[in-house]
Amino acid sequence: MMTIPADWQVDIGLEIHAQLKTDSKIFSGASTQFGQPPNSQASVIDLGMPGVLPAVNGAVFKKAVQFGLGVGGQINRESRFDRKNYFYPDLPKGYQITQMDQPIVIGGSVTIALPDGSTKPIALTRAHLEEDAGKSIHDWKPNHTGVDLNRAGTPLLEIVSEPQLKSPEEAVAYARVIHQLLTYLEICDGNMAEGSLRFDANISVRKITDAKLGVRSEIKNLNSFRFLDQAINFEISRQVEMLTAGQPLSQDTRLFDPEKLETRPMRSKETATDYRYFPEPDLLPVVLSEHYIDEIKRNLPELPQARTNRYHSTLALPLADAQRLAQDRRLADFFDETVAKTQNPKVTANWIKGDLLARLNEAALTIADSPVSSDQLAELITMVDQDTISGKIAKDVFGALWEGKTTSAAAYVRDHQLEQVSDLSALEPIIESLLTDHPKQASDLKAGKDKLMGFFVGKVMQATQGTANPKQVNDLIRAKIDRS
Amino acid sequence: MTHPFSTLTQLQTQLRERSISATELTQFYLDRIAQLNPMLNCYITVDNERALDQARAADQQLAQGSAAPLTGIPISQKDIFCIEDQITTAGSKMLANFRPPYTATSASQLEQAGAITLGKTNMDEFAMGSSNETSYYGPAKNPWDLLRIPGGSSGGSAAAVAAGLCAASTGTDTGGSIRQPAAMCGLTGLKPTYGRISRWGMIAFASSLDQAGPMTHTAEDAALMLEHMAGYDPKDATSLDEPVPEYSQNLNQPMAGLRIGVCRQFFSEGLEGAVEQSIREALKTFEHLGATLIDIDLPHTPLSVSAYYVIAPAECSANLSRFDGIRFGHRCDDPTDLQDLYQRSRGEGFGNEVKKRILVGTFALSAGYYDAFYRKAQQVRRLIKNDFVEAFDHVDLIVGPTAPTPAFQLGEKLDNPVDMYLQDIFTISANLAGLPAMSIPAGQVRGLPVGLQLIGNYLQEGTLLRAGHQFQQATDWHQLAPEIE
Repeated sequence: MMTIPADWQVDIGLEIHAQLKTDSKIFSGASTQFGQPPNSQASVIDLGMPGVLPAVNGAVFKKAVQFGLGVGGQINRESRFDRKNYFYPDLPKGYQITQMDQPIVIGGSVTIALPDGSTKPIALTRAHLEEDAGKSIHDWKPNHTGVDLNRAGTPLLEIVSEPQLKSPEEAVAYARVIHQLLTYLEICDGNMAEGSLRFDANISVRKITDAKLGVRSEIKNLNSFRFLDQAINFEISRQVEMLTAGQPLSQDTRLFDPEKLETRPMRSKETATDYRYFPEPDLLPVVLSEHYIDEIKRNLPELPQARTNRYHSTLALPLADAQRLAQDRRLADFFDETVAKTQNPKVTANWIKGDLLARLNEAALTIADSPVSSDQLAELITMVDQDTISGKIAKDVFGALWEGKTTSAAAYVRDHQLEQVSDLSALEPIIESLLTDHPKQASDLKAGKDKLMGFFVGKVMQATQGTANPKQVNDLIRAKIDRS
Repeated sequence: MTHPFSTLTQLQTQLRERSISATELTQFYLDRIAQLNPMLNCYITVDNERALDQARAADQQLAQGSAAPLTGIPISQKDIFCIEDQITTAGSKMLANFRPPYTATSASQLEQAGAITLGKTNMDEFAMGSSNETSYYGPAKNPWDLLRIPGGSSGGSAAAVAAGLCAASTGTDTGGSIRQPAAMCGLTGLKPTYGRISRWGMIAFASSLDQAGPMTHTAEDAALMLEHMAGYDPKDATSLDEPVPEYSQNLNQPMAGLRIGVCRQFFSEGLEGAVEQSIREALKTFEHLGATLIDIDLPHTPLSVSAYYVIAPAECSANLSRFDGIRFGHRCDDPTDLQDLYQRSRGEGFGNEVKKRILVGTFALSAGYYDAFYRKAQQVRRLIKNDFVEAFDHVDLIVGPTAPTPAFQLGEKLDNPVDMYLQDIFTISANLAGLPAMSIPAGQVRGLPVGLQLIGNYLQEGTLLRAGHQFQQATDWHQLAPEIE
C-alpha cells in the first residue's frame, strides 16, 4: 500500500469509458461482437464514407438512463450530440460523435468503502454517450500501421468523477464500485481484458496547506485495476519528487508502461489539440419523456448497496455474507429466489456461499449456468429444515442434483429411501445391541467420557446408512446410559 | 421526332403511347451529350451502357404495361449523389476514382420510379461555389452564352437540362445552389423544406443546410420529380417523417386569395435594375392570377450572408475531415509519415475554394473564437428564422429575385470572393431557416434568363409548385430555349 508523504495530499479524478452492451453499434447496424477478423464489422457508416449518416441505436439511451438513476444523477430531458474534431487514422470521420454541453447524465454519487471500515461518497460530474474509435495496430508489419475499425462506433458511456479520490486505494475502490454497478445493471459486460472498461486517471498533488489543486497529469487508457493502482502510485511519486526538487510540473497527457511500471508523456499542453466541439448537425437532440424515465426507474434492479443492507439488517446475515451474496446480481437473485421458498436466510446463505459456490468455482461456471436451480436447492433445504433428511444426506442429495442424477431432491430421497429414521422403535433395538456389544465404552461414557458419544452415534449412523437423525440418536443414547 | 427540351409530362405521354421507346429516347440524349458536352462540360461522367440497360428494362415494363411514373425518362444526377459502383466525384480531385458501394436514397427512389440515369453532372467542388468554376473538372458553360457561368454549385445539372442533354436533373442547395443556377439557365429549381428529401448518400457540405431538389423545365416537372425524391428515411435522422403529397395533382387549385409577401430587403442595393423590372412584372402577373401582394419586412435577412459564411464553413471543416487519404479518395505518393500523408493528400486533393472554407470554418470553431463567430452566427440564424415564422402569419408566399444579376462571365468574379458570395444574398436565408424555396424563369435581360424566387412556409412545397405552375400557364419564359447547335 502506498504511503503518501505526510505533508502532501493527492487529488484524483477518474474518467471511465464503459462499453455499453448492445448488439449493434451506436450509429450503425454493424455488430459489436469482440474478436472478429479486422474490419469485418465496419459498415460504411463506421468507415465514415462520403455521404453516409449516423442513425442512433435507441438502446444506448436506456442503458445511460439506468446508470444515471443508479448513481442518483440527474437525467437530462434533452441532451445533444457534439462533434469532437481531431485527425487520427483510427477515427474515420475525423471527428468523434460525443456529448459535450448537454450530457445525458449530470451529477450523482457512489459510496466507496475505506480500509478502516468507514465509507465515503464520491461525486460524479457527468456521464455521457459517445462512439469508440477503431484500433491502430503498430506491430502489424514493419513500417506499417494497420487500422482495425471493428471497434469504431461501439457505444461508450464516459463516466467522469470529481477529483475527490485521495489515494490509489480510493481510486481503485471507486473503479470497482462503478464496475460492479455497470455489471449489476447489465449495461456493460465489465470484461476488462476485452477493453469493455478503460480508465483515464487525472492526478495532481499539492501541499496539505495549499487550497488550490496542483498541476495535473492525465494517464490514458488503463485497462485493469492493477494498472490503475500502479500508474497512480508511480505518478504520485513522480510528481512529489519533481516538486520537492523544485521542478515545476506542466499539465500533460501520459501513458502507463506496465513493464517498466512508469508513465511517459504522450503530448504536452503546448501542443494540445483544440477539439473544436460543435453541435452534431446530423443528429437531432435526444428528448426523453418523464414516462420513459419513470418506466426505467420502475424496472431498475435493487442495487448492490441496498441489497447488502437488506441482507444484513432485515435477513440478519453477517455483513461479510451479505456483501458476498449481493456482489453479483445473478447470485443475489438466486439467493432471493431460494430464500423466498425456504424462509431460512441463514441456512440458504450457507448453502449458496458454501457448497454451491465451491462447485461452481471448481467447474468454472457462473451462477447463471448452475445445474442446480433455486427451486431444487430450496426443496433440499426445506427437507433438512423439516428433519426429513439429515444434513449429511442432504450433501449427497445435492451432489446427485449437481451431477444431474435427479431433478428433484424429494424424488431422489424417496427412491433411495434416505428419509431420516426418527422412528424410536426402529432405533432403540439398534442402540441397545450396540451398548451390549461394547460394554467397556458404555461404562466409560456413563463415567463421563463424553467423547465416546461420537463413537456410538457414528455406529448408529453406520447401521442406518446415515438415515438416522443424529440429534435424536444422541438423545436416545444419553437416556439409555443414564437409565442403565 | 423528340424535342430536346421536352418536359417530363410530354415524354411520359410519348413513352406511354409508344411513339418513342425508352431506348430511342436514351440514345437521343446520349447522342446529344456526345455532340454538345465537349462544349458545355456539364457532365463529369456519362455511363452509356448502364443507361441503355436501364432503357431496355424500361421498354419491357412499358410493353408489359407495368411502367412506374418516370419509367423510361432519362435524367442526370448531380455528381454529389452516390450511385453504387458509379464514380462519384463531388467535383473534386479528391474523389476522382471514388466508387461508392451504396446509392443515395433520393437517387435510388428516382430509379425505382423508373427514371434512367444518363450520368453525373458537373458541380463546384464539394458544392462550394456559385459559378461552377471551382470544379476540378473545369466549369460547365451556360447554354445561353458559352462565355458565361451556368451558376453553381449545381451548374452542370442546370446546363444539362437547359441544353437538352437530359430531361431533368437533380441538385443540392446549401445556400442557393439549386435556385441560382436554375435562374442563370432559365429553369425551375426547387429546394424543399430541410429534411423533406433524405440526405443519405449525398456527399455533405454543410449538414444543417444541405437539401436536395429537382431542376426541371417546368414547375409541373419539379412536382413530379419531388414526389419521387421526397420522403422519410430512417437512415437520415434529420429527414421529416411527414407524408409526401401528390404535388402534381394539385397544381391547378386557384390562386385567388393567395397572399404573396414582397420583402423590401430583397429589393436592395446590388439588385440590377433590369432584373428588378422583370420581378416587378412577374408580381403583376401574380396579381392578375388572383393573388394579393403584401409588403413585408424580414429585418434580419441582410445578416444572412455573414451568418452563412460562418456556419457553412464550420460544418464543412468537420464534414471534409474524412478525406484524409487513409480509407478512400486521393492519397499522396510516398508519404514520409502520418502528418505528411494528411497534409499532402488533402493539400493535393482539395482545390483552393474548399481549402479556404475549411480554414474559415476551423478558425470559427477554434477555442476563443467560437462564441464570437459560431455561436453568434447561430443566434443570427434563429433571428432570421423568427422573421420568417412571423411573416408567414400574414402571407402564404414570399416572392423576390433569385439572384441580383443574370449570369456573369466566366472568370469575372474569381478575384472577388465577396462579390461572388453576394450571388447568394437572396437565397441563403431560406437555407438558414430551413424553408422551401423555388426559382422559376421570369424574364430575360440582355438575352439571359432572370429567375424569380418563391419562398414558402414549412412543408408548403405544394403552394410553391402551384404558384409556379400557374405563373408558367400565364407566361412563356420557361419555354424559351437557348440556341446551341
